[in-house]
Amino acid sequence: MITLSHYLALGAILFIIGMFGVLTRRNAIGILMSIELMLNAVNLNFVAFSRYLPPGALTGQVFAIFVITVAAAEAAVGLAIVLGLFRNFRTVNVDEINLMKW
Amino acid sequence: MIQYIWLVPLFPLLGVVINGLFGRQYIKEKAHWVAIPATALSFLVALGVFFEVVAGKTLNWDLYTWVAVGDFTATLGFLVDPLSAVMMLVVTFVGFLIHVYSIGYMHGDSGYYRFFAYMNLFMFSMLTLVLANNYFLMFLGWEGVGLCSYLLIGFWFEKKSAADAGKKAFVVNRVGDAGFLLGLLLIWSSFGSLRFSEVFEAAGQTLEVGSTLATAITLLLFLGAVGKSAQLPLYVWLPDAMEGPTPVSALIHAATMVTAGVYMVARSNPLYNLAPLSMDVVAWVGALTAVFAASIALTQNDIKRVIAYSTISQLGYMFLAAGVGAYASGIFHLATHAFFKALLFLGAGSVIHALRGEQDIRRMGGLLPHMKITGYTFLIAALANAGIPPFAGFFSKDEILFAAISSGRPFSFYLWALGALGAFGTAFYMFRLFFLTFTGESRVDRHVAHHLHESPPNMAIPLAILGLFSVIAGFAGFPPEKGLYHRFVAPVFEGGHNLEKAAHAPAPPEALMAFISVLIAASGIVTAYLFYLRRRELPDRLAQRFHGFYQLLFNKYWVDELYQAIFVDFGKWLCHRLWGFDDRVVDGAVNGSSWLTIAFSWGSDWYDLRIVDGVVNRIADVIQGGSQVFKRAQTGLIQNYILAMALGIFAIVTIYLFL
Repeated sequence: MITLSHYLALGAILFIIGMFGVLTRRNAIGILMSIELMLNAVNLNFVAFSRYLPPGALTGQVFAIFVITVAAAEAAVGLAIVLGLFRNFRTVNVDEINLMKW
Repeated sequence: MIQYIWLVPLFPLLGVVINGLFGRQYIKEKAHWVAIPATALSFLVALGVFFEVVAGKTLNWDLYTWVAVGDFTATLGFLVDPLSAVMMLVVTFVGFLIHVYSIGYMHGDSGYYRFFAYMNLFMFSMLTLVLANNYFLMFLGWEGVGLCSYLLIGFWFEKKSAADAGKKAFVVNRVGDAGFLLGLLLIWSSFGSLRFSEVFEAAGQTLEVGSTLATAITLLLFLGAVGKSAQLPLYVWLPDAMEGPTPVSALIHAATMVTAGVYMVARSNPLYNLAPLSMDVVAWVGALTAVFAASIALTQNDIKRVIAYSTISQLGYMFLAAGVGAYASGIFHLATHAFFKALLFLGAGSVIHALRGEQDIRRMGGLLPHMKITGYTFLIAALANAGIPPFAGFFSKDEILFAAISSGRPFSFYLWALGALGAFGTAFYMFRLFFLTFTGESRVDRHVAHHLHESPPNMAIPLAILGLFSVIAGFAGFPPEKGLYHRFVAPVFEGGHNLEKAAHAPAPPEALMAFISVLIAASGIVTAYLFYLRRRELPDRLAQRFHGFYQLLFNKYWVDELYQAIFVDFGKWLCHRLWGFDDRVVDGAVNGSSWLTIAFSWGSDWYDLRIVDGVVNRIADVIQGGSQVFKRAQTGLIQNYILAMALGIFAIVTIYLFL
C-alpha cells in the first residue's frame, strides 16, 4: 500500500536532488533544470496532499497545473537570461559570472 | 536808535564772513576796505545808542531764544545800560582806530586778509561779551575773544615762539575759564536763570550778605576774571602774548579783551556786594598784581614787554577799585587806560616799524627828532599812565587810590600803600622806557638809522587821536566821584554805593591824597630822569649793589620757570610715569591676554586635530576596516547566495520545529 508518507518522501528526495543541482551545477542550463526538478517535487506534494487529506476537492491538482504554467513561463524567462548572459560573456558557467560582488 | 543795537556786533560779523570767505581768493590786500567800514559803522551805531543812553534810555531785550533745553533757556539778548554803553563805545572807538593803524602796520603781510578777518571776529566777540544780557551769551563772547586772542598771538605761526605763546595764552586761560564756567553752573543751579536782571534780583532777595553761596559764586567768577585779565597767579600768558602783531597787543592785550574780567566783575557787582570776603580777595589780588607786575617792568628791556607788564599792573588797579566797591572808578580807569595803553602800544609799534623789527630798548635812543608824532604822543601816554595831571590816567588812578584808603575795609591803608608803591614804579618804568627810547644818544644800528622815518599818516593819525583822548578823557570824571561820568554810570552800581557809603570811614581829605599821588608819580619820573639821562652809570651800580634783587626782578621772579617746573615738567614726569604704567601693566595685560589666547588656540587646534578629527577618522577607519572584512562575503556568485539562503531557511525551520 502506498501511503502519503511515500509520496512525501519521494517529493523530499526530488527537492533535495533539485536543491543539490542548483547549488552545485556550474552550467546555468543545469541550474534551470534543477529548479524544474524542485518545482515538480512541490507539485508532487500538492497532488499527494490533495489526494490523501480531506476535503478532497481537486484544489491540489489545480494548483499543480498553475505551478506548471508558471514553471513554463519561468523557464522561458530563465532561458532568455541565459541567452543574454552568453551573448555578453561567451559562457554560461555561473562561477565565471561574478559581477555582483563589491 | 537804541533798538538798532543788534547792528553793533552784526557789522563786524559781516566783515568776518566777507573777508573769511573771499579774502584769500579775491580781496587779498584790499581786506581793509571791508574790515574798516564794518568797524566804522559799528562805531557810529554805538555812538548813536550811547547818546540815547545818556538821555536816560536803557534796554534789556531778547532777540530770540537761543538755547532751550528742559527748563534751561538762554537767549540772544542785549542789555544796554550806562556800563555796557561805556564799554561798547570804548571797544568800537579804540577798535576802529587800531583797525586804521593796522593798514599801515600790516601792509604787505601775506596774511593781510586773515588779520582783518580775525580782528573783526574779535570785535564781534568782544561786543557780544559786553552787550549780552545773560551770563551764557557773555560766556560765548568770553570764549570768542579767547579764541581770537589765540589766533592773533599766533598770527605769525610759522615762528615757533609765536605759536607757543598762543598755546600758552590759551592753556592758561582755560584754567580761569573753568572757574568762570563753574560759577555759571552754580548761578544756574542756585537761581534757575542766567539773565543778569533775574539773577541779581533773586540774589538780592534770597542771599544774606556774606553767605557761602554768594562767596563761592563770586570767587569762581573772579577766577575767570583772573585768567582773562592776567592777574596773579595767571598773568604769565600776557607778556608772551607780545609775540603777536603790535596792533593786536594794543587792541586785545591792552585796551579791550584783558579788561573783560574787570567788566565782568563790575557787571556782577550785586553779587560781589553780597560777598565781602570775595571783595577782599579781589582787592588784594589786584593790589598785589599792581606792585608785582610794576616791579618786573622796572628791569625788562623789550619795549613791548615793559608795556605788557604795565598793562597787568594797571589791570591790578582796576581790580583794586572793584574790590573796594568803587566799581565806577575801576571802569573809569578801564576806559582811560584803553586810550593811553592802546596809544603806548601803537607808539611802540610805530617805533618797531621804523627800526625794522627792533624791540630791545638798549638799541634805541634819540628817536624823538626823527619821529615827532610818535614821540610826543608816546610822551602823553606815558604821562597819562604815570598819573600826572591833567592827563587821563591821573583822574582815574587817583580816584582808585582814594577809594582804597577811604573804603573803610580792614587793612585799607596797606591797599593804598601797595597802590602808591605801584604808582611810583609805574612812573619810573614808563619814563625809563621813554628816555631810553626817544632821548639821549642814539644806540640804533647804523644801517637801520639811515632809514629812520616817521610812520605813514594812516598810522600817525590814530596816534594823534588817541593822544587827544588820553589828554581829555579824564575830565569826564572830574570832579572826582561827582563828574559827568560818575553820574552817568551811577544807576548800575547803586546797590554797592549804599554799602560803600555805610562803611565809609573818616578819610583824609581828597585834595591832599591827590597831591600825594602826584608827588609820588613825579618822584618816579625824576628818578627815571636821574638814572637814564643824567647819570647813566647809576642803574648799573644799583644793579651791582643789589645784585640778587635785580636778578629776581630781571628774571621775572622766575615764575615762568616755576610754572614750567611745577606744571609742565611735573606733568611730563607724571605722563612718563603713567606711560610706563601703560607700557608695562596695561600693555602687559593686553599682551598677556593675547599670549594666553594664542596658547589656548594652540591647545584648541591640537584638540580639534587630534581628538575631534581623530574620533571622526577612527570611526571611518573602523567602518572601512569592517567593510574590508565583510565585503569578502559578497562573492558575486549566485550559488553562494542561494546556499546561504537555503541554510538560513533550514536553520529557521529547524529552530521553529525543534526548539
